[in-house]
Amino acid sequence: MNGLFQYISTVFKSVKSLLIGMKITGKYVFTPWNNVTQQYPENRDTLKMFDRFRGEVIMTHNENNEHLCTGCGICEINCPNGSIEIISKSILTEDGKKKRAIDQHIYHLGMCTFCNLCVKACPTGAIVMGQNFEHSVWDRSKLTKVLNQPGSKIAQGVKE
Amino acid sequence: MGFNIYDFSGMTHNMHLWFLERMSPTATTIVEWTIIGVSYMLFVALFGLFLVYAERKVCAAFQQRLGPMRVGYWGLLQTIADFIKLLMKELIMPKSADRFLYNLAPFIVMIATFLAMAVLPFAKGLQTLDFDIGIFYVTAVSSVGVIGILLAGWSSNNKYSLIGAMRSGAQILSYELSVSLSLVTIIILAGSMQLSVVVESQRDSWFLFKGHIPSLIAFVIFLIAGTAETNRGPFDLAEAESELTAGFHTEYSGIKFAFFFLAEYINMFIVAAMATTVFLGGWMPLHFGQFESFNHVMDFIPPLVWFFMKVLGVIFLIMWFKWTFPRLRVDQILTLEWKYLLPINLVNILLMCLVVLTKFHL
Repeated sequence: MNGLFQYISTVFKSVKSLLIGMKITGKYVFTPWNNVTQQYPENRDTLKMFDRFRGEVIMTHNENNEHLCTGCGICEINCPNGSIEIISKSILTEDGKKKRAIDQHIYHLGMCTFCNLCVKACPTGAIVMGQNFEHSVWDRSKLTKVLNQPGSKIAQGVKE
Repeated sequence: MGFNIYDFSGMTHNMHLWFLERMSPTATTIVEWTIIGVSYMLFVALFGLFLVYAERKVCAAFQQRLGPMRVGYWGLLQTIADFIKLLMKELIMPKSADRFLYNLAPFIVMIATFLAMAVLPFAKGLQTLDFDIGIFYVTAVSSVGVIGILLAGWSSNNKYSLIGAMRSGAQILSYELSVSLSLVTIIILAGSMQLSVVVESQRDSWFLFKGHIPSLIAFVIFLIAGTAETNRGPFDLAEAESELTAGFHTEYSGIKFAFFFLAEYINMFIVAAMATTVFLGGWMPLHFGQFESFNHVMDFIPPLVWFFMKVLGVIFLIMWFKWTFPRLRVDQILTLEWKYLLPINLVNILLMCLVVLTKFHL
């Protein structure tokens, strides 16, 4: 008798669990406005990528063409596949001391795996991940970018 | 030729007379056969293509996608484009395949499908064959298809094909039992195996409601076993993509593959149509006992529309199963049939006998 009871309860339990599964997928099918597909070329103007999307590494500049990069090279050390090259120069500060500064922050987009380690490692928050994802170009050399804008210099008060 | 959307029997009769006036009885028969054959072929091709499109759209909706959107408005021409592509593909045959059986297999599968379709009542007077053993006939010819699958697996000379075919054979032989027994449950209630009589006796209330609990159990078992018999997910281990590449039709390409593909979808239609005819009142409109005005409004919807509404509803349910449940292992499939569905079915038949004997039904 106990076996029969167990048999029947197995049937009811499994039917219940199947119905729970069907309820979950049913919720998906009857809420089509939650679909994740993007009709990409058509909605290019309105398409907004989500916040954590990693499109490319960019260096932020303020309105005076100043960035936060000290040229320390930590991002270069942290990059697992060598997508970043730091070329530094030494400059004279106002009080006559020699100081290291960034000359060119070279970023090879074609090698980058968008792992985000450089952004995490940056002590001053100079580089961030951008949202642009349309990277196709006709020439591979165009994928090598210099992130600091020409003529830019480090912003005042950035601690080394 | 009088055309009445609620009753096609007058139209077909007038057509018959119109042909008889103009040619000999033999020629009339041949012409009528041709018309019926061509219309069935057109139906299979068009409805099959539609079902493939519907499956892709429904699958996409279950996975929060949009599905085909580029070819035609909302991707409506997608399956037609796919079909044209399939027609132009090269027919490749494995070097050591059994030539005759390899070529024969897709046709057996297709023929079984056509045979089973012949007795389906689409609307009043729109039924090709009206056997007095209609339900028995459907269960009999629909199991011919498994021979085609076994032949395809055997003659391809491919391990995957053979494993897929053997799995399919074991599965269909087992689930055939459940399909038949759940139909027997309804035959007890209906008192007839003739499909037109079965439909006609559901005029007041569908068998699903009339036989309440035993009917409901039989309907659920029929849906499960019918899904298994058409080799669809979650019972699609005959062609389990992740294990057997494509199962029995691994070695088929082009139009022969299209035959298997179309037959699979039309078999799904046949299962849905049988569920509709036997449990959901066929082309009969939805009637509730006392609500006269409601019944009258329902009568205005043509039977053909009713039939296809119900069929598409059942097909949606079957697709819902496929895109929700994970595939069963072969031992789980046989356990489900022999340890659960079969005993439940046998008890259910007893229950239905009691219900009928005590006139407990509605």
